[in-house]
Amino acid sequence: MKKIFKRPKSLTPEKTIYCSGCGHGIAHRLIAEVVDELKIREKIIGVAPVGCAVLAYDYWNFDVTEAAHGRPPAVATGIKRVRPNRIVFTYQGDGDIAAIGTAEIIHAANRGENITVIFINNAVYGMTKGQMAPTTLLGQKTTTTREGRSPQLDGYPIKVCELLAVLEGVTYLERVALDSVPHILKAKQAIKKAFRNQVEKKGFSLVELLSSCPTNWGLSPQESLTWIKEKMIPFFPLGVIKDKG
Amino acid sequence: MSEKRMAKTANEAIAEAMRQINPDVVAAYPITPATEIVQIFSQFVADGKVTTEFVPVESEHSAMSAVVGASLAGARAMTATSSQGLALMWEILYIASALRLPVIMPMVNRALSAPINIHCDHSDSMGARDSGWIQLYSESVQETYDNVIQAVRIAERSLLPVMVTTDGFILSHCLELLTPLLDKEAKDFIGEYRPKNFLLDTEHPFTVGALDLQDYYFEHKRQEAEAMIESKKIILKIGEEFERKFGRRYEFFEDYKVIDSEVATVVIGSAAGTTKVVVDQLREEKIKAGLLKLRVFRPFPAEELKELLKNVKVIAVLDRADSLNAVSGPLFSEIRNALYDLEERPKIVNYIYGLGGRDIGLKEIHSIYEDLEEINRTGKIKSLLTYLGVRE
Repeated sequence: MKKIFKRPKSLTPEKTIYCSGCGHGIAHRLIAEVVDELKIREKIIGVAPVGCAVLAYDYWNFDVTEAAHGRPPAVATGIKRVRPNRIVFTYQGDGDIAAIGTAEIIHAANRGENITVIFINNAVYGMTKGQMAPTTLLGQKTTTTREGRSPQLDGYPIKVCELLAVLEGVTYLERVALDSVPHILKAKQAIKKAFRNQVEKKGFSLVELLSSCPTNWGLSPQESLTWIKEKMIPFFPLGVIKDKG
Repeated sequence: MSEKRMAKTANEAIAEAMRQINPDVVAAYPITPATEIVQIFSQFVADGKVTTEFVPVESEHSAMSAVVGASLAGARAMTATSSQGLALMWEILYIASALRLPVIMPMVNRALSAPINIHCDHSDSMGARDSGWIQLYSESVQETYDNVIQAVRIAERSLLPVMVTTDGFILSHCLELLTPLLDKEAKDFIGEYRPKNFLLDTEHPFTVGALDLQDYYFEHKRQEAEAMIESKKIILKIGEEFERKFGRRYEFFEDYKVIDSEVATVVIGSAAGTTKVVVDQLREEKIKAGLLKLRVFRPFPAEELKELLKNVKVIAVLDRADSLNAVSGPLFSEIRNALYDLEERPKIVNYIYGLGGRDIGLKEIHSIYEDLEEINRTGKIKSLLTYLGVRE
């Protein structure tokens, strides 16, 4: 019988810790498929975040280092400067990139570091059980915004791609979503482009993935996909935010 | 006094204490295993059970900075954190203490990265030992709660920030019996905060944290050192008042059968509970074993420790952190230092245990007392420092 579907070489057989309906598994797989297709598995170095994906190094079959919360872009900068011929990427959540590590991502982007950033935006802190994230939508209930996020008390959701777009050093920014098959296929193309840019030494690339967190949203996996479509995408519009080609 | 007993984890007990304290401002960022404290507290905010201004800031560095700002403006301000969060606050820890701000911070002990780990050891708070914060350690959920309540008074009387620690997961996530104060009792005990100086008091304008070079910096640091010395009296006085009102005794340390002991351990945190069981077993076997459980690590009660430990023959200091100084753990250095002036010093050894949450049980603690008895018998120390329960 012909084998038509298999695990990418860049993924280990390790069982993940992720909840049912979580977007991390899909995101990990897309990265692994792209790494296989670009034949960069032997030269890629990942920087893992703090958060639910803290164990990402168990799931990817290539070199990964852990970084302190928020610091992956700075750590990736150090690695890339020493080993410019390696492909270096960070994998970060919204707490990592848009809260505790806001300074690092802005300055790595502004320096135009030739790295790739995969940003998982699920509008909530997952690992610590559902507190407000910088990307939490207005009115969204979290464990620290019981009545819903209020702009007066908690500020507004941060659009990371739009924030970075004004920086001269940035080459490529795209926002994609993991809520449907067409969107997932598009997400893979964006991830591929972000890695290819690095291979071609084009500079800083970031892909934002709108991803589900059924556990902390209090929704079923199916409802979570609808929530991405109906709530997140209208606020975080999909598409290329910047492409200097 | 309240007889209401309930089952609470240390995180829940801290949140309960914070509800009763009703701080003017709480700013925090989540971190395992301390997240729950502020999360439960944010529910109190949402339910209108407290009148606190709650700010879910973007990092611990900002949490401590926001709390410093709030305290400067005259507020009773709190935050809570653990491990990496405390490490990220580092810069501001020193500012809070040097500006003499009575900030109160529950701190759940967790190992520091790397490798990343979420379980208990004391490397986080031990690392902050020279930051000018008063440090109170807790053996149980009850002590954690009582320490948080007392911390408010201690901080505001001494004008120094207070860190109340509790062991990550071992206490933070485990249910124990808690007898909290009644709301009125807590409120009366804590009292109202009336800062002498605060920003935007237009009748008395002043500047804080101004540039302070060779001319006065040293004098200000000397005053800070003096404040830490003076805080010893305050801690004891507030402990006495707490005991008078609520029946539970709080001093610098607990003397658990040390006074007539020949072999004794010095322990901080939850491991003291396990050690008490071993001491009781040994006492039944007519072995003169004791335990000194240290509650107040900053200020360090060196004189009082010396007085209690002077007649013990052999002492083991248990450190749940390593100084990585190629000699010993941090607690050992200070205990041994405290004994230096004695004419006849006890023999003293160090055990580093439990890093990254490695469990310590009766058997391990028993083995320490066996070592101490052997030293007592032979007069010989085979190993000054032992890493207990590690694969080597």
